[in-house]
Amino acid sequence: MKKEEKKLTAAELPIGGIIEAGTAVNFHTGSWRSERPVWNKEKCINCLVCWISCPDSSIKVVPDERKTSIIAGIDYDHCKGCGICAKECPPKVKAIVMEQERK
Amino acid sequence: MIKKVYSKSKLVAKTGNEVIAEALRQIEPDVIAAYPITPATEIVQIFSQFVADGVVKSEYIAVESEHSAISATIAASAAGARAMTSTSSQGLSLMWEMLYIAAGLRLPVIMAEVNRAISAPININADHSDTMGTRDAGWIQIYSENSQEAYDNIIQVTRIAEKAKLPAMVTMDGFITSHCMEVVEVYPDADVKTFVGEYKPERYLLDIKKPYTLGAIDLQDYYFEHRYQLAQAVRDAKDIILDIAGEFERTFGRKYGFYEKYMLDDAEVAIVIIGSTAGNVKAVVKELREKGIKAGLLKIRVYRPFPSEQIAKELAHVKVIAVMDRSDSCSGAFPPIYSDLTASLYSAGVVGPKILSYVYGIGGREFSSEQIVDVYEKLGKVASGAEKPFKGVEYINIRIK
Repeated sequence: MKKEEKKLTAAELPIGGIIEAGTAVNFHTGSWRSERPVWNKEKCINCLVCWISCPDSSIKVVPDERKTSIIAGIDYDHCKGCGICAKECPPKVKAIVMEQERK
Repeated sequence: MIKKVYSKSKLVAKTGNEVIAEALRQIEPDVIAAYPITPATEIVQIFSQFVADGVVKSEYIAVESEHSAISATIAASAAGARAMTSTSSQGLSLMWEMLYIAAGLRLPVIMAEVNRAISAPININADHSDTMGTRDAGWIQIYSENSQEAYDNIIQVTRIAEKAKLPAMVTMDGFITSHCMEVVEVYPDADVKTFVGEYKPERYLLDIKKPYTLGAIDLQDYYFEHRYQLAQAVRDAKDIILDIAGEFERTFGRKYGFYEKYMLDDAEVAIVIIGSTAGNVKAVVKELREKGIKAGLLKIRVYRPFPSEQIAKELAHVKVIAVMDRSDSCSGAFPPIYSDLTASLYSAGVVGPKILSYVYGIGGREFSSEQIVDVYEKLGKVASGAEKPFKGVEYINIRIK
C-alpha cells in the first residue's frame, strides 16, 4: 500500500512557491521504467561517459583507492530507463545493456 | 542635473517625475531596470543620470521593452536585491504577465507608475485605466493626489512591500502631477536612508548556502494554497501599511492612512475619488460648506488592499454618495471603485446611503469645478427627495447624442 502523502496547508507552505533544493531524491521515479540498464563491472573501463550522459544522475560513482572516480553501479530508485547510458557506452566496451524490466 | 545633497528638510519646486527621481536617489535601490514611456520617462531619465554621474551606486539596466524591464526587476529581486522600475500605460500593459509573477513569487518589487490612458485610440493624458486594469494582480496600489504624496508614498511603500513580501506600485496622474511643478518638502538623505533601511530578504537565490527552487510548476494539489497565501498577504498588508504610515508620521511629520477624509464626518452628500482631482473637489467642498451645504470628500489613497470595512464605517452616515471613477471597466455593469465600494458597504450591512456611479476625465478630459458643483447639486436633490438617483453609470462632460 502506498502511504498517503501529507499535504501542507496554506499556513504551513513556504510562501511564493519556494521548494527546497534536492527534493527530487525523495521521488522514486525508478518505477516508471520499462527497460533497465544492466552494468557489467568486468567490462567497464570507467571512462565515465555514462555518468556524464545520464539525465537523472543515476550512475553511481565512488572514489577508488587512488581517489580516482569509478563507476559503482546504477541507482534503480531514480533511473527511468531511458537507455542513454547504454547508447553512449563505447561500442567496443558494451558494459551497459538494456534489458526488459521484470514485473 | 540635480546633484545637491540636502542637509535638512527643504522646500523645493519640483515636478512629480523629478521628485520621484529624487526619492529613488535617496532610497538608492540596488537595481533599477526600466524603459522610457510618456509621461513617466523623466523618472528613469533623471535617475539614469544619477547613475552615470556616480551620485548613486545603483545598477541601472537599460532594456529593450517594459516586459524585459519588469522581468529584470523581478530577477534582481529574486536574487536578493532591492529592485525598482517605473512605467505608464502601454508599458504597464506590456508588463502584464510579469506583474502576476512578481506577486506570485512574493517579491517586493517597487514600481513608480504614472497614470495614463490606454490605447486605442492613442492617448497620452491622465486617466486610471492602466493601473485599474492591474488591480487584481496581487500588487499593493497606492494612489497619490500630488507630488508631495507621490514622494512620501514611494518612501513608505519601499518598507511596506518588503515587510508584506508583495510587489507595490505608487501612482500619480500623468502630466497633472508628473509634469506640474509644485512645492515639495524633501527630507534629508540620511533620514530617508535610515527610514527605508537595508533590505534583508529571508530567502534569496544568491544565498548559495540555502539553495531553493523558485517558480516551479504547481498544479491542482498546491496552487490553490499558494494563491490563497497571496490573497491573504494582500489582506494582511493593511496592518503593515498603517504601521509604516505611523512610523512615517513620527519621523517626517506627515500623516497618512488608507484614505483622506475632508469634511466627511458630518457630511450629508459626499464624493469618493482617487488621485489628483481630489484637490479640486476639496476646493469645491470648502465653497459649498460656506454656503451651508454639508458636502464631504473621501479620497482613497490605498486602493489595493481595499480598506473595505473602514470605508463602510466612514460612509455609513452619508445620505448620498457619488463614486467617481477615472476609468471605465467596460464590464457592462459598473466601473472598479464603484464595484468595490458598493460591495464593501453591502457586505458591512450599510444599506442606507444611495450610491451613484460617475465616470469622468477619460483620456485627460476636463472635469471642472463647475461640474463638481453639479455633481454635489445632484446629490443634494437626491438627498432631499427632489430627484431620483439615476440607474447605471453617468458620464461627465461627454458628447453622447
